Amino acid sequence: MLEQVLISGLAYGSIYALMGLAMAIVYKTSSVANFAQGEMATISTYVAWVILVSHGAPFHFAFAGALAVAAAIGIVLEFAFVRRAKQPTVLNLMIITLGFQMILYGFAGWRWGADQKRLQLPISDREVFRFGENTISHLSLATILIAAVLMLAVYLFFQFTRWGTALRATQQNRNAARIHGVPVNRVMAGAFALSAMVGAVAGMLVAPVTTLDPTMMWDPLLKGFAAAVLGGLTSLPGVIIGGYLLGIIENLFGAYISVEFKSVVAFAIIVIVLCVRPSGLMGRHYVRKV
Amino acid sequence: MKRDYFDDVRLARTGAARLWLAILFVALAVTPFLASPFLLYTLNLMAVNVIVAIGLNILVGYTGQISLGHAGFVAIGAYTSVLLVSRLGVPFPIALLAAGFLSASIGFLLGLPALRLEGPYLAIATLGFGMATTVVIGRTALFGGHMGLVVPPVRIGPLDLSSDRGIYAITVSTAVILALMARNLMRSRTGRAFQAIRDSDIAAQMAGVDLARYKTLSFAISAFYAGIAGGLWAIVLGFINPGMFNFIVSVLFLAMVVAGGLGTIAGPIAGAILITFLNLQAAKVQTLPLIGPLLEGFSRQFMTVGGLPNVTWILTGLILILIVVLEPMGLYGLWIRTKIYWKTWPF
Repeated sequence: MLEQVLISGLAYGSIYALMGLAMAIVYKTSSVANFAQGEMATISTYVAWVILVSHGAPFHFAFAGALAVAAAIGIVLEFAFVRRAKQPTVLNLMIITLGFQMILYGFAGWRWGADQKRLQLPISDREVFRFGENTISHLSLATILIAAVLMLAVYLFFQFTRWGTALRATQQNRNAARIHGVPVNRVMAGAFALSAMVGAVAGMLVAPVTTLDPTMMWDPLLKGFAAAVLGGLTSLPGVIIGGYLLGIIENLFGAYISVEFKSVVAFAIIVIVLCVRPSGLMGRHYVRKV
Repeated sequence: MKRDYFDDVRLARTGAARLWLAILFVALAVTPFLASPFLLYTLNLMAVNVIVAIGLNILVGYTGQISLGHAGFVAIGAYTSVLLVSRLGVPFPIALLAAGFLSASIGFLLGLPALRLEGPYLAIATLGFGMATTVVIGRTALFGGHMGLVVPPVRIGPLDLSSDRGIYAITVSTAVILALMARNLMRSRTGRAFQAIRDSDIAAQMAGVDLARYKTLSFAISAFYAGIAGGLWAIVLGFINPGMFNFIVSVLFLAMVVAGGLGTIAGPIAGAILITFLNLQAAKVQTLPLIGPLLEGFSRQFMTVGGLPNVTWILTGLILILIVVLEPMGLYGLWIRTKIYWKTWPF
């Protein structure tokens, strides 16, 4: 029983970790908490659905198409809105992402209606692998593996590529990076694109389990934030660990205490972590100069 | 001429301002006898949203703390007042006040962790609060689950005020009273403490403002307004269910405040009226002249006709972004700029 709960916790946790990672990439680079992340992932998932259903294309085309659209949305958000803010305070930047979230939500509802669609992946969520007493569905296993591979790829990208280095430099000190010839604006747009693509993968992994509708990512968005807060918004490994922890804690709560109030766990964790250790498990607490 | 600070912040500084206020009150009093039921319903909704917006503005605009969970407070107010009236037979005005105070005490509790948080962390925590509230309400049998509750008829003493006019009397008078209260509060010591915290909490603390006290107080007052508005929203709509208090509604409340102008009293009133109006128009956008058929044709070609009312979200989102990018003071800033421009006209 316990192992089974832990396995499904890991599968959920992978999704939360991806959402948290997507937000942390943007937050670290531009100190924008991107509330449009969920809707950006929803639109990308709809695009995958359209390519699959209307055009009958094979899945890898849909996957690539969704990623391309996600990157485009991320770049639009940065280039057209975030960069144009007159007074880029925390509140104003947040309001911009909230406005963008509303636009995307309205667009999704207008284009595809509020009725629930089904995204059919080539991986089944009914068939299971058995080992001992425990089972794991193909989809859950794929979710765990895809998330792990993607996170590894993001890590390698950050550590070993030119763009990754530029991103890290921008995160550390924008002005210093600019002086050293890093095209900071383009790097920021790149960070938004990267985070949107990570979010889109999370969206495509969530949609087969739940359903595809305009509000589908609200819950994963909150969980992603909770994961990010738990691990520390400023630490990418912290966010990933936070995601897995949240998934496991939530499933333990659901299995042993109450299934109905499972979704409240995320809020409780946010409040507890922020009261006890506001910078999260692995984040560094910022010090503000007066 | 303004002689001192108190002269500057007086409610009606000149005779002209007093005259306009009097005209406004007379107009508000006469309206229910002239207006059609739909217009009355619209005005009722506007009054309710005005109350939420004024309360939210005390928190966001004056104290500088963000909340993305105000729909949660509205939900708490709505369910409290409905349950008190229908289950315990409490008279409506008392139930409404109780709704406000319960919401305020929960706001106080939420304000406690907010002491250590700022910026995005606070937004995330309040977002979580809003979502958790609707989950708890939707899963609890007492609250009617996802089906929601039917609101009992409104009675004050022997009077039955369930008609649109009766509800108008309640909502609009409450909105006026609460607006005046907010205006007065902002002129007081408390209001100045809020604004000091917004401008710089560290400087405020140095000047002797008790941060813990005033931040939680701000949350509590803001939640009180939302709770009262919730009780009124319930009687305007006649039924409540958890889906009415979701995340996007919280963002909509924030949009009203931002569109109107942060840190003013007139701003959120204008913003709430504008956004409520847009929302109601978008719900029947097909019947509008000119744009209606145009949008319908466009929808048939590229979008879905059933999803057409969603243009309201696109419009509100655009307003939010444009306000931040072009005119951070919102409608109020536009008004001030126009006034200054015409003041010296034609020179």
